[in-house]
Amino acid sequence: MPGTNGGASSGTQITFLEAIKQAMFEEMERDPAVVLLGEDVGVYGGAFKTSEGLLERFGWERVIDTPISESAIIGAACGMSYLGLRPIVEMQFIDFIVCAFNQITNFVAKGHYLWNAPAPMVVRGPSGGGVHGGPFHSANPEMYFVHTPGLKVIYPSTPYDAKGLLKAAVRDNNPVLFFEHKFLYRRIKGEVPAGDYTVPIGKAAVRREGKHLTILSYAAMLHTSLEAAEALAKEGIEAEVIDLRTLLPLDEETILHSVKKTNKCLVVHEDTKTGGIAGEIAAILCEKAFGDLDGPLMRVTSLDTPVPYAPTLEEYFLPNAKKIFSAAKELARY
Amino acid sequence: MKKELTRPQYLDLYFYMRLNRAVEDMMVKLFRQNKIVGGLYSSLGQEAISVGTAYALEKKDWLAPMIRNIGALLVKGVLPRDIFMQHMAKYDSPTKGKDGTSHFGDLDNLHIVSPISMLGDLIPVMTGVAMAGRYLGQKIVAMTWIGDGGSSTGVFHEGLNFAAVQRAPFVLILENNLWAYSTPVRKQVPLENLADRAKAYGIQSYIVDGNDVVAMYSTAKQAVERARAGEGPILIEAKTFRRMGHAQHDPAEYVPKEMRAYWEARDPIALYEKFLTGEKLLDAKGRKEIEEKINALLAKERDFAENSPMPPPELAETGVYCTGDDCHKIRAKWERPVAEVTPPRSRVEAVWTVPGFGSGKGSGGARAPIHFGDTPPVEHTIGNEAKSTNGRKPAAKVAPKKTVKPGAASASRKARR
Repeated sequence: MPGTNGGASSGTQITFLEAIKQAMFEEMERDPAVVLLGEDVGVYGGAFKTSEGLLERFGWERVIDTPISESAIIGAACGMSYLGLRPIVEMQFIDFIVCAFNQITNFVAKGHYLWNAPAPMVVRGPSGGGVHGGPFHSANPEMYFVHTPGLKVIYPSTPYDAKGLLKAAVRDNNPVLFFEHKFLYRRIKGEVPAGDYTVPIGKAAVRREGKHLTILSYAAMLHTSLEAAEALAKEGIEAEVIDLRTLLPLDEETILHSVKKTNKCLVVHEDTKTGGIAGEIAAILCEKAFGDLDGPLMRVTSLDTPVPYAPTLEEYFLPNAKKIFSAAKELARY
Repeated sequence: MKKELTRPQYLDLYFYMRLNRAVEDMMVKLFRQNKIVGGLYSSLGQEAISVGTAYALEKKDWLAPMIRNIGALLVKGVLPRDIFMQHMAKYDSPTKGKDGTSHFGDLDNLHIVSPISMLGDLIPVMTGVAMAGRYLGQKIVAMTWIGDGGSSTGVFHEGLNFAAVQRAPFVLILENNLWAYSTPVRKQVPLENLADRAKAYGIQSYIVDGNDVVAMYSTAKQAVERARAGEGPILIEAKTFRRMGHAQHDPAEYVPKEMRAYWEARDPIALYEKFLTGEKLLDAKGRKEIEEKINALLAKERDFAENSPMPPPELAETGVYCTGDDCHKIRAKWERPVAEVTPPRSRVEAVWTVPGFGSGKGSGGARAPIHFGDTPPVEHTIGNEAKSTNGRKPAAKVAPKKTVKPGAASASRKARR
């Protein structure tokens, strides 16, 4: 995949999961103010083994197994951040983040605006479907939080970005929600450089250049979009594929630059349709690039339903390369 | 009341209770003059709790007030002008008009965490403050307050349970003022003593007469010292009564007359004045001096608040994010060697032990141990084994009979019927 490693060349190929683990390991190594809290993150090494070995190296005080109490975990992390710590909180599955919705949206997110209290903390966890996790282990709840001023929301698609953005999130002075698409954990590998690096929060990346239309996507759907772009290329349609990487703040500049070039925009996300980021992007394009559009903004998203369990149902629910291909072809005709 | 403090301490408690009441009296006037933008919540009759408990904290300790803890803020060093300006939404207020009431804090100097309106949320947050303080070696205690109504929230239980398993140096004051807005405590909690909540978390608890400032102080002092020594979180139930409605708009007609009369006769300031006079710690002259001092101070503080402008409208757009070091230099203040929490000293052996079931090496390779045994993490850092063991004994309520007048319980029971 072009552009996914930021030009680094002397690194090694690692999985998405390994990238998360490396980021936490290196940040804890670098800064004793970094601690990890979550359910089963210590002894067990996390449900997906993203924190394997951290307890053994950094000890009980820094790798904290918690009760099943999402509100308490998030609240405690916020309190820790007030004393200058930089806690990383793992939600065992990101679906459970809504158990702490009030803590995040009312306490953590509003502190800096209201009383000048920064909360440098990261809440991360496995998200997304395609692994038959059913309605409570497959969610993409990012938009609940993109609607919350004061948070930053990251949803990477490559090991390079996952590692660099997670490190950037730990060093950021604001609360950052970090979504890790679990479909990618062990399915993709990517190159990361040997040394320390970060990826800037709030910057999208052009993954494939093209001139006929722009496809905006992120996380697992970025890969599906690239697959569709290859098929489109065979029919002479060159799609520019952009990885949003950060959803809040959104990189309007990169989006507008591309759409002003291609004049057509398709948004692909695994989140459900109503209230998804595509709607926000449509509004931005209407406000700032209306005259540049040669066709309607189109979107390929999951259905407006809970994530169903049966493979046949889930496949029908999720976007796929074929659906993206059809929508892009339709858009290209304008 | 028992004599056990120094004279200046006794007079401090008196001064702060009077100041607490005077600040709130002045805000009632400001409210009636339409100078207070939003709601006004009263702690009339509960001053002994805010003042007595906060007075037990050291300067380095952290607190997070609830809406009726103006007294705690004053004890911690907040100026009355800040409280006035918060309510009046003034530009010079701690939140520059972005929030009101006691919703403000000070991370750097006073160590105050701002509350939010959702009840119970401060409990895990202050647990985190306590854990971080312990981790950094600061030997601090974190304190917050909750009401009888707030003890029904999920986050109250999640937070207290987490504090308990972490044995965090945290003290929670449960102000049982018998009313959650219009709902009596019996419809909130099926317990006579809310301190019994502590049993569920295996932590220590006390029951105190919330209208007795000396009892409040002494108990809180004891709790703070025990928490600081590593005994884990402590819950203090203060039995009291909310003399005003939920806020200024609420005449609280749902409160039985007998109940109100009982508690009005037990005004904490009047009770304390009687004690101080009896002990010859305060006479009419001393009382007058304190009154004059407070009046002069508050006139000045009110003028300052009234003269502060409203915030400029465009301020609304600023400050959502911390922009980095230029905005906040975030640094943990280490008061223990960092080497203790970094490799190699932070390393934990990949060996598990379960009492009665033996021990072994972690499975799944050296880097994937299945169990590390059940060594409590806290005792590594606090090193207070003897006291920790003591702390595990069943909840010992300190002199509840002595501190809670039998009349208090029967009056509330009567009023509930």
